[in-house]
Amino acid sequence: MNHVELAIIGAGPAGLSAAIEAASVGVQTIVFDENQQAGGQLFKQIHKFFGSRAHQAGARGIDIGKNLLGQVAASGAEIKLDTVVWGIFEGNKVGVVTNGRNVICKADRILLATGASENVLAFPGWTLPGVMGAGAIQTMVNVHRVLPGKRVLMIGSGNVGLIVSYQLLQAGAEVVALVEAMDRIGGYAVHASKIKRAGTPILIRHTIKEAVGNGKVEQATIVQLNDNGNVIEGTERTLDVDVICMACGLSPLAELAWLAGCRFTDVAPLGGLLPVHDDNMQTSLPGMYVAGDIAGIEEASTAIEEGRLAGIAIAESLGYLTTTDATVKKQAVNDRSEQLRDGPFGITRREAKETLIRRSLET
Amino acid sequence: MTLIKDGYFSQTELAQLPGMPSRERLHEGPCVVIECAQQIPCDPCEAACHEGAIEIGDSIINLPKLDPSKCGGCGLCIAACPGQCLFVVDMTYSDTEGTVQFPYEFLPYPQKGDTVHGLNRGGDIVCDAEVLKVLHPKKFDHTAVITVSVPKEYAMEVRTIKIKGNHHG
Ligand SMILES: Cc1cc2nc3c(=O)[nH]c(=O)nc-3n(C[C@H](O)[C@H](O)[C@H](O)COP(=O)(O)OP(=O)(O)OC[C@H]3O[C@@H](n4cnc5c(N)ncnc54)[C@H](O)[C@@H]3O)c2cc1C
Ligand code: SF4
Ligand code: SF4
Repeated sequence: MNHVELAIIGAGPAGLSAAIEAASVGVQTIVFDENQQAGGQLFKQIHKFFGSRAHQAGARGIDIGKNLLGQVAASGAEIKLDTVVWGIFEGNKVGVVTNGRNVICKADRILLATGASENVLAFPGWTLPGVMGAGAIQTMVNVHRVLPGKRVLMIGSGNVGLIVSYQLLQAGAEVVALVEAMDRIGGYAVHASKIKRAGTPILIRHTIKEAVGNGKVEQATIVQLNDNGNVIEGTERTLDVDVICMACGLSPLAELAWLAGCRFTDVAPLGGLLPVHDDNMQTSLPGMYVAGDIAGIEEASTAIEEGRLAGIAIAESLGYLTTTDATVKKQAVNDRSEQLRDGPFGITRREAKETLIRRSLET
Repeated sequence: MTLIKDGYFSQTELAQLPGMPSRERLHEGPCVVIECAQQIPCDPCEAACHEGAIEIGDSIINLPKLDPSKCGGCGLCIAACPGQCLFVVDMTYSDTEGTVQFPYEFLPYPQKGDTVHGLNRGGDIVCDAEVLKVLHPKKFDHTAVITVSVPKEYAMEVRTIKIKGNHHG
């Protein structure tokens, strides 16, 4: 472990897909993940995914995850779980804690596929136990099978808020209301329709004012907003809830890229500040690559494609693929990504990605 | 009421969908109703139908287009749709009743013969529904497909059920 050709940080869909592409053509690859289980977010996504047949549409996230793990095993890549990467240093050195030991691993190429962190909303009472992030709730309910509460207020109508609401209903909780500050539902209408017909009120132009309770969440006050986003006085309503779930967006988890000295830029549709990368997923530092949510908040299917792209480019740069072979493979990946970044929901992300790549060329 | 503000369709929005069979067609026999209105990257419905009744075409963001003359109302496409927006409606079930087939992912499943609440797209209870069939073969991958009978006037309203006494759909 003191020297590898490719060190991948993060065993989510992006990191695993990169490992498959690189290791299957011979790159000596190791994947580090701080979790006990590989798969990143996929194992808590028990719903059926969109996409086309080429993206395994219709399969559940958890099954897409199992499939990736099977391919990793066949590719020869090694996965080291329960292993935190705590630093990256000059000369492509990766600081790793594994089995309670601190190890420095030198890598010819590094791929950062660390995913995202959840945005939080601060409001009076937000530190009470029972106020939780959507990702945490999804992990509790779908992975550990623990219901965090019986009556939930959901904040945010993006796909995450809509899907986690649905999964809470499946687990037997009641979603008392879903509030959204914008004047429209942010996520896909089909996801909204599922919870709506099951009886969940969706309140646009509403937000949370405060949470109250003795040592834990017992009530939440919600208010209506006007078209400028200001509170309309007198519209307060108090709901009896024991969980308040925040689904207010994600931000790229990019500390390691900061530490390494990657150049950053701000692209709002991709989640804010993130490292620039070129069309090979390479950052401003030669030999350092990114893929998945760290390179822009999108979804698991795009993370898989970006991971593949990075894996192919890395294999090419190490001489395991000829330029001709790599070009063909990259083209296939780019075609599939383009299909995903299309339509009214996808086109903004496609344009933002193009901006990001353009900015990587500026000096 | 509009889709992006309330999470369900107005009648006008419904009528404009390329996956909506005509009133006349619905009265001829069972037919799929495709309530898919946004250009999202998705296409499993197209491959799920072996009769070729659903077409997406070259770009996966196209809305699914229905050829009602090819649809026999078998319901095999329902569980394949990750958006859970395919339904089969049969207006010819009896003189007074029609049937609705819909996807269902809540446990416990209702039993054949149960009388349950019929819920509309907005989650309101609109009528009683009788459970005629509950299918969940392995191929449906944990999405059950349930058939209920409801008074005819509610067959284009009811889109899910609630077991009496339960709080969710
Ligand atoms: C609640 C929720 C619901 C979602 N639903 C959907 C959906 O329905 N469909 C869809 O397509 N997408 C969905 N997404 C988005 C999708 O999960 C992500 O886009 C995708 O998982 C990103 O993949 P990734 O590989 O970049 O990151 P992740 O899957 O997040 O994986 C990153 C991995 O890196 C590890 N890691 C991070 N830092 C370190 C470190 N320093 N050391 C070691 N390991 C580290 C983490 O433990 C994690 O396993 C959802 C996201 C959330 C939060
Ligand atoms: S109900 Fe049967 S015939 Fe009709 S579209 Fe669905 S799969 Fe095809
Ligand atoms: S499978 Fe469902 S959500 Fe996907 S395009 Fe077809 S009808 Fe729409």
